[in-house]
Amino acid sequence: MAASEKGIGKIIFSSSLGTLIEWYDFYIFGMLAKTISVQFFPEGNSTAALLSTLAIFAAGFLVRPFGALVFGRLGDLVGRKYTFLLTLVLMGGSTFLIGLVPGYKTIGIAAPLLVLLLRLIQGLALGGEYGGAATYVAEHAPVNRRGYFTAWIQTTATLGLFVALGIILLVKTNMSDAAFTAEWGGWRYPFWISILLVGVSIYIRLKMSESPLYTALKKEGKTSVNPLKESFGHKTNFKMVLLALFGAVMGQGVIWYTGQFYAQSFLENAVKIEFMQNREILLWAIGLATPFFLFFGWLSDKVGRKWIMLIGMLLGVVFYRPIFGTFLKEANAKKWKTEAVRMAKPNVNSTTIRIDTVENTDRLLSYTVQHSKTDWQLMDGRKFSITSADTVPMYQFKSFIKIDTKPVYSNIVLSTPLKWKFVFLVWVMIIFVTMAYGPIAAFLVELFPTKIRYTSMSLPYHIGNGVFGGLVPFIATLLSTTFIKDPLVGLWYPIGVAALCFIIGALYLTNKIDKEVND
Amino acid sequence: MLLAPVIIFFLVKSAIHNISSGGTKDINQPVPWIIIITIFTPIAIGLMIFGYYALKGEYDKLPESSEQI
Repeated sequence: MAASEKGIGKIIFSSSLGTLIEWYDFYIFGMLAKTISVQFFPEGNSTAALLSTLAIFAAGFLVRPFGALVFGRLGDLVGRKYTFLLTLVLMGGSTFLIGLVPGYKTIGIAAPLLVLLLRLIQGLALGGEYGGAATYVAEHAPVNRRGYFTAWIQTTATLGLFVALGIILLVKTNMSDAAFTAEWGGWRYPFWISILLVGVSIYIRLKMSESPLYTALKKEGKTSVNPLKESFGHKTNFKMVLLALFGAVMGQGVIWYTGQFYAQSFLENAVKIEFMQNREILLWAIGLATPFFLFFGWLSDKVGRKWIMLIGMLLGVVFYRPIFGTFLKEANAKKWKTEAVRMAKPNVNSTTIRIDTVENTDRLLSYTVQHSKTDWQLMDGRKFSITSADTVPMYQFKSFIKIDTKPVYSNIVLSTPLKWKFVFLVWVMIIFVTMAYGPIAAFLVELFPTKIRYTSMSLPYHIGNGVFGGLVPFIATLLSTTFIKDPLVGLWYPIGVAALCFIIGALYLTNKIDKEVND
Repeated sequence: MLLAPVIIFFLVKSAIHNISSGGTKDINQPVPWIIIITIFTPIAIGLMIFGYYALKGEYDKLPESSEQI
């Protein structure tokens, strides 16, 4: 049943390209969230704010698993090829249309409503795509190379992020901020580009044939009549769905999200690394780590899938706090300032941002507050900004006025050696991702029978990644708001989930490679 | 098995504690909590069922082929 070497190359290329584009489409919305919220969800309008929250949360948490059920069922009933062709059309079409929706200023509340609808379609389509692509490739692959071939599908989520980051940076660096953020500005280009990518991918996918295992099953009349019932209603299969979720995908989801997304947001929001340098660090780390998806997929064909995935999770459990702690320690601008004043001759440039006149409620006391920004540059290339507020000098009632004069450090630029150290640390975390994620498609495919494979593997995958992984920033904020003294407290969520998953996986998963997926 | 009710209790308690009309973060808004609790409740029930099966020893021997599923 396995395709020839040349044939499998074509199959991998056409499947992976489509999946990569779907990830690209899904990511650009998140990456441009700030600009999108200004255009479609303006502040001060409670309905728009509600729709914005729904667009962020419902698409990832509710709709992705739902999409897994809808398209998984369809894939087991009518075949893999047409199902994942449909998800591609839905995803590409909705992405392109988001780029065409006029802003809130032009069409009012219809703008956020349309964007929400299109975002939900995106989530639905993503829920159906992955299972189809992974199943399709695995059902064409020879037994001893299933891990390696499906690992190509596994690279697409990371490469989709890479392409999305690259295209947004490319557009942004070629125009002014005002041109980029205007109503019909450059932020729409990444959405429009999607239609070209999807067009090419649809053309390629249309030329593909149906999975040979599924075709054989259909010929024999052995396809499932009710895949949902057979997947989740039959105890023996339902047990395997639960094992896949709690013993593998749940841990993989948090490792994946922490390494690729939480790291980026932590560097930007907690460490305060400057926007472009932060993206540069991530791009290098992703680019250098991506081949390891293939390596660990290949290795899983030799030594089994279980321990590679579980070791990836365990490494995350052990090293997350030291790695994130190093980020905070090494990019400590407050310490840099002391160093700069004591040792070198820094280049310091002060500017006043604005001056506010504040009147007390009883109008007996009015005073002026000056907001200023100081840019520091050290000899070795390190830079940072300090913004602070203070009353205009020597006001006689200064002691009665309460304003926050605490300096805020931001726009931190690392020296070149330090930047490469950060690239290395992010790379290490993405290596954990490649270990946990690289072999998982082959592992999931081997766990379920052909007739209900699409449905059975899609749901745990999207609960693990969409729900457990997608909750990382929300739970991290929750923990850091509750336990304010520890800046790394948010990491206990991915560490806890990955540790639990490691224990369950170590106890109950098998390391045996299932040679027979034709059943 | 016991972890599942603990998770639900923790989520509901955190929701009550954090939802406030004055807050600006996602954890202060009711909608994310409603979505998360709605989606997490069946997952937590799934974890409970998994624990029950595991305690009964049903994962001690996994199916060797799809015929057994």
